[in-house]
Amino acid sequence: MKLLRFVLVGFIFGIVLTKSEAISWYRIYEMFQFQSFHMYGIIFTAIVTGVVGIRFFKKKEIKDYKGLPIEILDKERARFRYIVGGIMFGLGWGIVGCCPGPIFVLLGAGVASIGVVLLGALIGNFIYGVLKDKIPH
Amino acid sequence: MELLYGTWHWSISGFLIGITMLMLIYFGKTFGMSSNLRTLCTILGAKRKSNYFNFDWREQKWNLAVVFGAVLGGYFATHFLNGSHILELNPRTLQQLQQLNIDFPNGKIVPDAIFSIDAMLSVKGFLILLLGGFLIGFGTPYAGGCTSGHAITGLSNLQLPSLIAVIGFFIGGLIASYFLIPLFF
Repeated sequence: MKLLRFVLVGFIFGIVLTKSEAISWYRIYEMFQFQSFHMYGIIFTAIVTGVVGIRFFKKKEIKDYKGLPIEILDKERARFRYIVGGIMFGLGWGIVGCCPGPIFVLLGAGVASIGVVLLGALIGNFIYGVLKDKIPH
Repeated sequence: MELLYGTWHWSISGFLIGITMLMLIYFGKTFGMSSNLRTLCTILGAKRKSNYFNFDWREQKWNLAVVFGAVLGGYFATHFLNGSHILELNPRTLQQLQQLNIDFPNGKIVPDAIFSIDAMLSVKGFLILLLGGFLIGFGTPYAGGCTSGHAITGLSNLQLPSLIAVIGFFIGGLIASYFLIPLFF
């Protein structure tokens, strides 16, 4: 089963986000109030691990599991979309205390009302898709 | 066992999240949770409304598999790895929560004031949840990614656009935390 490995990666990710409490509204509130190092520590360690890993992949020219060269696409050069889109996402993150990953993890954790957040996110995504070519990026 | 059942240390958690991202790169994919919202819209029939949704969602099956795993992980950790010493918040945070009339964790992962069924069924509570979700759903594709795509993957790959986006995330988050939360509660 080709997809099983992805389910497994997601499974580990879901456990880590739950046990680190990164899915908790309380932790996100505490982070934005600068009253705990916990969330900053998580993000910082993840980035350091990523930087070291990606450098290793590039330097040793590691191939992916299919034997293809590993390519990580550069992000498109722009400013407006990153600032405005970023602020919008940040507002949502600050209010309901979760980003897209935790929305799904919380669903598994049994927080039923997160379904409304997911519904809102799907509506938001849909409206973005409809307006995409009409708004500045 | 307390190590497994209590709050996982930030260094272990961050390291494992970094490994999650690297594993996906090794599998020939890129870590990004918000893309799934677009895939779900496409599956639900948005294809007819905009070109943005006009793509073969089967290419994203792997990402839906990650999401499915994340749901299972959330379930498993909550039911089998749950300890009693969770969410020890800064006393100052608790003091602020009390002023806002938001209930303390006491073993819960999210506050009842926002996430209980009663809150969800009130007009105000429903709109707060929907608004938060809307901003996440509109903001992440606009910014080209969320915490996983920009803050973790993008910054790990030393991308300037990701740094700009993450600064945007924090501007938004600070406005929400300092102005909107006190306004709503």
